[in-house]
Amino acid sequence: MNIPKSSPTGGCGGGCPTKEKGADLHRRDFLKSGAAMATVTLAPGVTLMSMGSGVAAAANPDTRWGLLIDAAKCPSDCSACVTACSDEHGWENNGEPTDPQWIRKVTLKNRDTGFENSLPVMCQHCANPPCVDVCPTGASFKREDGIVLVDRHTCIGCRYCMMACPFKARSFVHEPVTGQKVTTPRGNGTVEGCNMCVHKLDRGEGTTACVEACKITGNNAMIFGDLNDAESDISKALANYPSIELRADLKLNLGVRYQNI
Amino acid sequence: MKRLIIATIVLFGLAVGMSQAGSVYPEIPMASGEAHPEGNEYWRVNHMDLLRHDRDLTMREGIRDTDASIAECVTCHAVNGLDAKPVTVKSEDHFCRVCHDYAAVKIDCFQCHNSIPPELSGASLMFKKQANTLEVLMAYIEGLSR
Amino acid sequence: MERIIYRELKSTPQIWGFLALLGVFIAAAGAVVLYIEHHGHIVTGMDNQIVWGLPHVFAIFLIVAASGALNVASIGSVFGKVAYKPMARLSALLAVALLVGGLAVLVLDLGRPDRLIVAMTNFNFISIFTWNILLYTGFVAIVAVYMFTQMARGVPTYAVKTAGLAAFLWRLILTTGTGSIFGWLVARQAYDAAIMAPLFIVLSFAIGMASFLLVTMGITHLTGRAFGAELRTRLARLLAIFIAALMFFTTMQHLTNLYAAEHWGVESFILRDGGIYTTLFWGVQVLVGGVLPMGILFHPTLGKEAGLVVLSSLLVIAGGFAQIYVLVIGGQAYPLEIFPGYEVSSSFADGVINSYTPSMLELILGLGGVALALAITIIGMKFLRILPNSLSDANVGSKV
Ligand code: HEC
Ligand code: HEC
Ligand code: HEC
Repeated sequence: MNIPKSSPTGGCGGGCPTKEKGADLHRRDFLKSGAAMATVTLAPGVTLMSMGSGVAAAANPDTRWGLLIDAAKCPSDCSACVTACSDEHGWENNGEPTDPQWIRKVTLKNRDTGFENSLPVMCQHCANPPCVDVCPTGASFKREDGIVLVDRHTCIGCRYCMMACPFKARSFVHEPVTGQKVTTPRGNGTVEGCNMCVHKLDRGEGTTACVEACKITGNNAMIFGDLNDAESDISKALANYPSIELRADLKLNLGVRYQNI
Repeated sequence: MKRLIIATIVLFGLAVGMSQAGSVYPEIPMASGEAHPEGNEYWRVNHMDLLRHDRDLTMREGIRDTDASIAECVTCHAVNGLDAKPVTVKSEDHFCRVCHDYAAVKIDCFQCHNSIPPELSGASLMFKKQANTLEVLMAYIEGLSR
Repeated sequence: MERIIYRELKSTPQIWGFLALLGVFIAAAGAVVLYIEHHGHIVTGMDNQIVWGLPHVFAIFLIVAASGALNVASIGSVFGKVAYKPMARLSALLAVALLVGGLAVLVLDLGRPDRLIVAMTNFNFISIFTWNILLYTGFVAIVAVYMFTQMARGVPTYAVKTAGLAAFLWRLILTTGTGSIFGWLVARQAYDAAIMAPLFIVLSFAIGMASFLLVTMGITHLTGRAFGAELRTRLARLLAIFIAALMFFTTMQHLTNLYAAEHWGVESFILRDGGIYTTLFWGVQVLVGGVLPMGILFHPTLGKEAGLVVLSSLLVIAGGFAQIYVLVIGGQAYPLEIFPGYEVSSSFADGVINSYTPSMLELILGLGGVALALAITIIGMKFLRILPNSLSDANVGSKV
C-alpha cells in the first residue's frame, strides 16, 4: 500500500493527520484539514470527531497493548468481564458447542493440593502468534500495537488458526448473524476472537470493556495498558510482582499475563 | 474495465430513467448531510474502491477517521420505511440496494455490517466521542422531518 | 512381447452407468455445499472444539492417496522397471484426479467458499497451508507435463525420465507438506511431532497403491481388458511391503510420543481410554487395515487370489481412513493442555474430551469428492489414450 503511516501522536498539534489517497484516487481531503476543526455535524446523528486532544489515531508501533490478570482477585462466581465483552461485541454463548466465546472464565483445581482458582482466558495477543503464521490468506494479522486480529474481509473460514491456537481463543461463526453492533461487525463463516476492543482504543479510550467491568465490580483483577511504557500501571505491576505467561514453553511472548495462578 | 462498463451502463440507465418518470430504472433515495465534494458521478463509480481502501486503513492500521466508513454511509443514506424508521438492507428500498439490484451486483458487506444508522442499532458511532448530545438530537429530529 | 497399444475407453452402457452413478454423488455433494453455505456450519457436526471434521478426513485421505497413486508411474520411469510402464499413464491420471477430488472437498468446506478468489490472490508465505496450495497446483502441472511426455510421439526417453523424476520428487515434498500441516501445530499434543511428515509419506504409499489396484482392477473388469495375474500379484506384494512400512512408522510415532512425558496424556487417550478413537486405532487401523491385509498379501497362495487382493485393498483404505480420522478428530477431541497440572473446567469445554458426531451432510460432501476423483479418472480414460488394450502378463514382459 502506498499510504504513509499517519502520525501516531494523535493530538492535532501540528495539523491533523491527513490521509493521502493512492495516486489512483484523486480525492479532495475534505473535512479533514484544518487543525481547529470543531465538531462537524454531517447528518442526523453523525458527527465527525472534533479534533481535540486525546483522540488517538491509528495503531502505534511504539505501543504494545497488554493485560495483566490477577487470579487472586478474581472470584470464581464473577463473570462480569465475560458479560461485558458479550454486550460490547454482541456475541452470545448459550452453551451450544457451536456458540462463540471471545472470553471465558476457567476454573483451575490443583491436582495435588486441591486449591481452586478462577480466571478469564481470551486471546493472549502473542508477539509470535501461531494463528498468524498458519493463516493462508494473511487474514490473521498482528497490528502495529501488538493486537492480534482477524481481517474478516479476507478470512476464508478454513479454521487452521483455530487448530494452531494453544488457548482456544478463537471461535468460528457457525450461523448467519443479524443485528450486529455497529462497532463489531460479525458474520457467518469467518473466525473471530478478542480484539482488545480496538474500536475503543482507536477512539482513544485506552481501556477495554472487560477491564472496565472488572473495575466496576470492585475486584480490580484486570489491568490494561501499554507494556512498552515503563510508566504505565501494567508495566509497574509487572516489574514489582511475579507473573507468568500461559504455555510459556511455547515462547510466544504473550500480551496477556497472569499473577497468582 | 468490467467495472467501468457496468458503471457506464448503470449511469446510462439512470439518465434514461430520470428522463422517463415512472419507469423501472432505480430512483436513488435522497441523502441527508453534506453531499460528497467529489460529486455524485465520482462516488457512483468509485465508492467500492474507496470503501475497500478505507476498510484496509481502519482494519489494518487502526485509522478510523476515514472518508468511506460503511457505518457512515448507511447513516447519511438512511431510507425510511413506512413506519418512519430506517429500513435495513433486507428491504429493496435500502440505499445500497437500489442500484445493486438494478445492476445485479451482490455485496456481502451487510452479512456482518449493520445496515441502519448506529444510533438506532443501539451503538455509538466510532468518532462521536465528544459529540454534543443536543446537537445530535437536533440533527436527528431534523433528519426525521426531512 | 507385443507392442503396447493404448486406447480410449469405449462408450459402453457399463461406463455410462457408472459415470451416472458418480454424477448422482457429485450432485448430492453440490446440494450439500449450497445448504451449508446458506445455513452455516451449524448444520454439520463440527463446532468450536472439533473445528476440522469428516470433510477434512476425506480431503486429507484423497490428497495423500493422490501422491501415493503416482508410485506405479515413478517405479516405471524413475526406477526403470519396464513392467510398470504400461500403467504409468493411469497412475499419473489417477494421482491428479484424487488430488482434485480432495482439494474440492477442502475448498467446499470453507466457511466462505465464495471467497476462493481471495484465497488465490492473498498469500501468506509463512503459512504451510499456502505452501500446500502451491504444492498442489504444482503437482497437477508437473504430472500433466509428465503425462504429456509419455503420450506425445517422439519425446526422447530422457525427457520422460526427467519429467518422471520431477514428479516423483515433487510428490515426496507434497506429502511432506501435507504432513507438516499437522506437524507444525505445536499447540496440540497429538500433532506436535517431526515424524508426521515421513509417516504421511508411507501412508501415501499404502493407500495410494491400494487405490491404484482397486481402480485398475475395476476398470479392466468393467471394460473387459486383461490385467495379468502376475502383474497384479506384484503390485499386491508391493502393497504388503508398504503396509509393513506404515505399521513400522506408526509404531515409531507412538513410541517416540510415549518417550516424551508431555505426550503421555494424549497417547494413553488414543491407545487406551479414547473410546471410539481407541477402537478405531486398534480395531480398524491396526487390525483391519494392517495385520489382516498384510497376512493375506504376504501369504503365498492367498495373495494371488484376485478377490482377496480387492478385499485387502479395501481393508487398507479403511485402515488408512481410520488412521487419518484418529489423527485429525482424535487429536482435537483430546483437550488442549493450557494449564498443565491443573484440573480445569469452563463454559467453553476446557478440560473435557470433546465429542463429535459427523453429520450425513459431511459424509455426502466427502463421498462427492471421491466420486469426483473417480469421474475425472474415467472421463480422462474415455478421451485420452491412458489405458492399454491389455495388461496381460505376456504383453507387459513380466520378466523385468
Ligand atoms: C448509484 C448506484 C449505487 C449505489 C447507491 C451504491 N452502489 Fe455499490 N455499486 C454500484 C455499481 C454499479 C457497482 C458495480 C461495479 C462493478 O461491478 O464493478 C457497485 C459495486 C459495489 C461494490 C463492489 C462489489 C464487487 O463485487 O466488487 C461494493 C462493495 C459496493 N458497491 C458497496 C456499496 C455500498 C456499501 C453502498 C451503500 C452505501 C452502495 N454500494 C451503493 C452502484 C451503486
Ligand atoms: C455526510 C453524509 C454522507 C455520508 C457519510 C455519505 N454520503 Fe453519499 N451522499 C450524500 C449526499 C448528500 C449525496 C447526494 C445525494 C443526492 O444528490 O441526492 C450523496 C450521494 C452519494 C452517491 C451518489 C448517488 C446518486 O444519486 O448517484 C453515492 C453512490 C454515495 N453517496 C455513496 C456513499 C457511500 C458508499 C458512502 C459511505 C462510504 C457515503 N455515500 C457516505 C451524503 C453522504
Ligand atoms: C465477515 C464479516 C465482514 C464482512 C462480510 C465485511 N466486513 Fe467490513 N468489517 C468487518 C470487521 C470485523 C471490521 C472491523 C471493525 C472494527 O475494527 O471496528 C470491518 C471494518 C470495515 C470498515 C472500516 C470500519 C467502518 O465502518 O468504516 C469498512 C470500510 C468495511 N469494513 C467495509 C466493508 C465492505 C465494503 C464490505 C463488503 C464488500 C465488508 N466490509 C464486508 C467485518 C466484515
